[in-house]
Amino acid sequence: MRAQATVLNPGSVEAEAIVLDEELSFWGGFDPATGTILDISHPQRGASLSGKVVVMPASRGSAGTPGALGESLRIGTGPAGIVLLERDINIAVGAMVVASLYDSHCPVVVVNEGDYNTIDAGDQVIISADGVISTTS
Amino acid sequence: MVTLSQDDERRLAGADGKPSQFAMEVMVRVAEASGASGFTDASMAHIGSCFYTGQVGVDFAEFLLAGGGHVAVPTMTNVSLIDALHPELRPERSDPEVVRGAMRLMEIYEALGCDVVWTCAPYQQNIRPGLGDQIVASESNAVAFYNSVCGARTNKYGDFVDICAAITGRVPTSGLHTDEGRRGRVLFRISNVSPDLMKEDVFHQVLGIVIGRGSGKCVPVIEGLPDVITEDQFKAIGSSAATAGSVALFHVVGHTPEAATLDEAFRGGSAETTVEVTPDVLFDACSLLNGTCTQRLGAVCLGTPHFSVAEFAQLVALIDGRRVHPDVNMFVSTSRHVASQVEREGWQSVLDESGVQIVLDTCTYYTPIVDGISGTVMTNSAKWAYYAPGMLGLDVAFASMRECVDSAVRGEVTRDPQLWSGDLWGANTR
Repeated sequence: MRAQATVLNPGSVEAEAIVLDEELSFWGGFDPATGTILDISHPQRGASLSGKVVVMPASRGSAGTPGALGESLRIGTGPAGIVLLERDINIAVGAMVVASLYDSHCPVVVVNEGDYNTIDAGDQVIISADGVISTTS
Repeated sequence: MVTLSQDDERRLAGADGKPSQFAMEVMVRVAEASGASGFTDASMAHIGSCFYTGQVGVDFAEFLLAGGGHVAVPTMTNVSLIDALHPELRPERSDPEVVRGAMRLMEIYEALGCDVVWTCAPYQQNIRPGLGDQIVASESNAVAFYNSVCGARTNKYGDFVDICAAITGRVPTSGLHTDEGRRGRVLFRISNVSPDLMKEDVFHQVLGIVIGRGSGKCVPVIEGLPDVITEDQFKAIGSSAATAGSVALFHVVGHTPEAATLDEAFRGGSAETTVEVTPDVLFDACSLLNGTCTQRLGAVCLGTPHFSVAEFAQLVALIDGRRVHPDVNMFVSTSRHVASQVEREGWQSVLDESGVQIVLDTCTYYTPIVDGISGTVMTNSAKWAYYAPGMLGLDVAFASMRECVDSAVRGEVTRDPQLWSGDLWGANTR
């Protein structure tokens, strides 16, 4: 797959994909100290997001998501990049703040449903700063 | 495409400094993501970014302060992680980095020009927005109260975004800032619930849970509530609906300012779904709020969201000169503003003598005071009862304020059989 995504926070990355089956709240549902999913009701509980391109529909709307995601990106346990289905402002702002404060750039992009569905866990994902996303399995 | 005013352009160009520039960039991203065509001026804000969740929040606040950042509209603060007036509740040695970080955040948000009220119930302060006012809010119960009871207009703004909105004084014309976004979509019809039950405070707490679980992302409309609903009962409906779901606005027909009639609540449209709120539905929701409930009582926590003056009046009457059992800790969370009124009423000494501990600036579920408590914690807050088992690993009993007080005095979980009887609920209460 190769597509032009909508850029919410620019950055370039090449890393392995992890695909979340459900929305995730980074506040309460995720441990910034370790980069793993805590939410006991989440199908991927215990999975590590560290260094991965996290492919997820959106966050769960918690107001604490930007801070918790930002903290994980600050200490280096967070995702390497994030691919979304919805324009999730809380995820975007967590990454924007980290980019501005620490010059550390976690790309956050939005793709359409067709492209989203082609990404499988374990795929190698490349995101460029201008929002071109490509995958190889 | 988001239309910008000349002032917006000026901020984006950095003419007002780096904090204002970054804040405007964030707000443009917010507007784009929410499909807004532009911005409108906000008249006030209540922000939650002052709550410590990690060093990134402190670093961001330092960035705003160092660049001369200042809020553009009257801005109140949500709770802090710590009670600055009772530091013994979370001594610095318990976790130096966290306690210092939380204290530094409190200093910075004051320096950014915030009115440091440190409360999740800012609607109990002197400043309150009016019908149609465009505002900024973040904490879920404050968002619900401002939108629903005051008729002010705000989306729920998360960490960093809320202070960016306060610094620019601008909110996007999308979601609950617009007429269309405020239209009721799901009808909750109160059906065959006894008028006596609807006078009890536990009813409003549980009703909120039902509304939260049944609303999805739609604005709920509640029909069939009695003529009198107190402000604390509205607070209860909103806070538990926002806890069990993502309700940011609810209409109550005949009560809330945008719902004089059913038709007005739906803005001329009709309900997409109707939910019958029956006695059984309500009683079933109570099971979400009670753990195993051993007889052994560890603590009683009141004041989530923060206790009002009216609730303190009830509490003082219920205590009636009795003392909290020596094996039990009884905490009441509130704001400094309400605490000063409690002092003025002469209730502080009554509470001190009874052994009730007042917690300021924060909430008991963020404070390690309840860590390590063995036995059940009783609360009259559905929000506390919903969150505490997961956040604190505690066994919880949801109860009326009277049951909480009687239990605290007796030193064991004490139920009012009449309150939980099938006669009152009109349901099979087993």
